[in-house]
Amino acid sequence: MTRAKDLLLRATNPTATVFVLLVLVFAAVFAMNPGFFQGPSLMAFLKQAAPLVILAAGQYFVIVSGNFDLSVGALVGAQVVIAARLIDGEESRTAPVLVAMVLFGIGVGLVNGLITTALKVQSFITTLGMLLVLYGAIRLWTGGAPTGSLSESFRVFGRMGIEDVPVLGQIPWALLIMIAVGAGSVLLMRTRFGRVLMAAGDNERAAALSGARVGAARTLAFVLSGLSATIAGVLIGGFAGVSAQVGDGLEFTVITAVVLGGVVLGGGRGSVLAAMAGALVIEALFTLFNQMALPATLRPAVQGAIIIAAVAYAARRRPVPTATATPTPS
Amino acid sequence: MTQRPHQPRLGTTALIYLALAGVLAAGAVATAIDGGNLFATANLVDMLTRTSLTGFLAIGMTLVILCRSLDLSVGYTAALSSLVAATTMDGQVANIPLAVAAVLLVSGLIGAANGAVTAYLGVNPFITTLGTGLIIKGYLDTQYKGPAGDVPALFQQFGYTRIGPVPVSTVVMLAVAAAAIWFLRSTRTGHHMYAVGGDADVARMSGIRTGRTLMAAHVLCGMTAGVAGLLLAARFGTGSAEAYTNLYELDAIAAVVLGGTLLLGGKGGVAGTVAGVAILAVLDTVFNVMQIDPFAKDVLRGAVIIAAVAIYARRQLDPAARRPRFAEGRAS
Repeated sequence: MTRAKDLLLRATNPTATVFVLLVLVFAAVFAMNPGFFQGPSLMAFLKQAAPLVILAAGQYFVIVSGNFDLSVGALVGAQVVIAARLIDGEESRTAPVLVAMVLFGIGVGLVNGLITTALKVQSFITTLGMLLVLYGAIRLWTGGAPTGSLSESFRVFGRMGIEDVPVLGQIPWALLIMIAVGAGSVLLMRTRFGRVLMAAGDNERAAALSGARVGAARTLAFVLSGLSATIAGVLIGGFAGVSAQVGDGLEFTVITAVVLGGVVLGGGRGSVLAAMAGALVIEALFTLFNQMALPATLRPAVQGAIIIAAVAYAARRRPVPTATATPTPS
Repeated sequence: MTQRPHQPRLGTTALIYLALAGVLAAGAVATAIDGGNLFATANLVDMLTRTSLTGFLAIGMTLVILCRSLDLSVGYTAALSSLVAATTMDGQVANIPLAVAAVLLVSGLIGAANGAVTAYLGVNPFITTLGTGLIIKGYLDTQYKGPAGDVPALFQQFGYTRIGPVPVSTVVMLAVAAAAIWFLRSTRTGHHMYAVGGDADVARMSGIRTGRTLMAAHVLCGMTAGVAGLLLAARFGTGSAEAYTNLYELDAIAAVVLGGTLLLGGKGGVAGTVAGVAILAVLDTVFNVMQIDPFAKDVLRGAVIIAAVAIYARRQLDPAARRPRFAEGRAS
C-alpha cells in the first residue's frame, strides 16, 4: 500500500508530472491514430521534434541558473540565414560555414552572458535587446529576404539518417544528435559546473559566498544556449529549408517546454531530462492537434490553456518539495 | 515634467530624465547634421503621438512589474479591446459610452484572470500571461478574419485631435500617468504593491493580503491595455486583430525597465516609466527623420536598450543605493 502511495507521490512531483503528461498525450495520439507508433512515423515525429528538444536543453541551463534567454528564436533564424548566404549552394563551403556558425552561436551566447553577469543587466532585457539586434541585423544584411541556398551535405543533418533499419525504417541523424545532446547535458549537470549552476539559481548569494564562480557558470550557460540554437538552426535549416521566419516565436515555445518540464523560472530546481520531455510533450500536442483537425487558428488557444493548467498543477505541490522527496528513499 | 518622486528615489528618476535629455540632445544633433530639425512641429507631433500607445501599456505594466509580476498578454488584450470597441460602437455615436464600458470590463476581466491564476494557483506570471495571450490570440484568429466594426468619427477624434502640437491621446496618457503616480504614492494598495514586490513573504507576514494586491495590479494593467485598445480603434477607425503582431508588450516592458523600475519588483515608479516611453519615442522619431533603414532601427533600438539599462543597472543593484522599503514618516 505504501509502495502505491510512494509511486503516486513520485508521479505527482513536478519533474515526474511531465512524463505522465507525455504518456497521456501519446495515448491520445495513439487513440486517434494507431499507426503513429509504427517505426517510420514515430521516427518522422522525432526528427521533427529534435530541434525543439535540443533548444530546451540549452534553455534549461540558462533558466536553472536563474536567467532567461529570449534571443534563441532570433538566433535560430539568424543561423539559417547565415548558412544559406555563406554556403550559397557550394558543397565545399559546408564545413567552414558550420565552424563559423558554431563560433557565431558561442559569440552570441558569450555576449548575452557577459552583459548579464558583468554589466548586471537583467537577462530578460539583455536577451530581448539581442533578439532585436539579431532580428534587425539579419534582415539588414540580406535586404529583407534571405538569399543563397544550402548545400546538400548541410541538409543531411536535418533530413537524412541511417537508412534501411529493420522496423524503424530510417533512424534520423537529428534523433541521434538529440540523444547525444541529452546525454551530454545530463552528464554536464552532474559535474562541478552543473552543481554551481543549480546553486546559483537557487541562492546566488549563498553560492557566491561559498566560493562558486557564479558569473562564469551563468555565462557558460548562455554559451550553451547559443550552441543549442546553432544545432537547432542546422537541423531546422536542413529539415525545413531557408526562411528568415523559422525562429519567430520559438523562444516562447521553448521556455514553455522547459517550464512544462517542471523547471522553475527563477532557477534552482528541475532536471534537464524533464525539460527535454517538456519539449516532446509540446511537439506531441502539435501532432495531436493536427490529427484532431483542429482549425490552425485555434491551436494557440488550446496550447495556452494547457500550459496554464499543467503549470498550475505542478505549482500545487511546490510549497512542500521536501514532503514529496523524503518518503521515497526509505 | 517636474514630477517629484519619493525623496529617497530622486536620484534614480532624475537620472532617467537626464538620460531622456541626453537622448533628445544627441537626437537633435544627429538630425541637425543630417540637415533636419528634430524640434520642427511635424517631428514633435510624431514624437508625442508615439508616446501615447506604449505609454498606456507601460503604465499598467509598471504596476504589475512593481509587484514582481509581468504581463505578456497586453498586446493581445489591446487588440481584442479594439475589436470590442469597434463592434460595440458600430458607427453609432450613442454607443460610445457603452463601448468604453464594455472594453474596460473585458480588459479588466482578462487582468483579473491573469491575477487570479498567478496569485492563487501559484503559476509563474510569465507562463500565466503567455498562456492568456495565446488563448486570446487563438480566439482572435478564429473569430476575426479581418478588421471588424466601425468607429464613429466623433470617437476617432481621440486618435487624431491635437491641442497645439500635443495630441489628445498623449494628454490622456499623461493624466492616467499622474493618476497612477498618485495611486502608488498615496493609497494603501499602492504602498502594498511596493511591499509585495519587495518581498511577498514579508508583506504577507506584515498582514498584507498579497493575493488581492497582485489582483489589483493585474486588473489595472488589463484596463490600461483596454484603453490602449480604444486608442487603436480610434486611430484605425475599426477593430484590428492584427494589432498584436506589433509585440507591444515587449515595447512596454522595455519602456518600464528603461524607466528604472526593477524587473524583480519593489522598486521604481510611473514617473520613470513615462521617461522610458519618451526615450523610445524620441529614438523612433530620430530614426524616422534620418530615414534609417527599418531593420537598422531594430538593431539600434536593441543596442540602446541594453546600453541604457547597463548604465544604471550597476547603480540600481548596489545595495547602498537601495531606498529603505518603508520610508520613515511616509506610511499614513
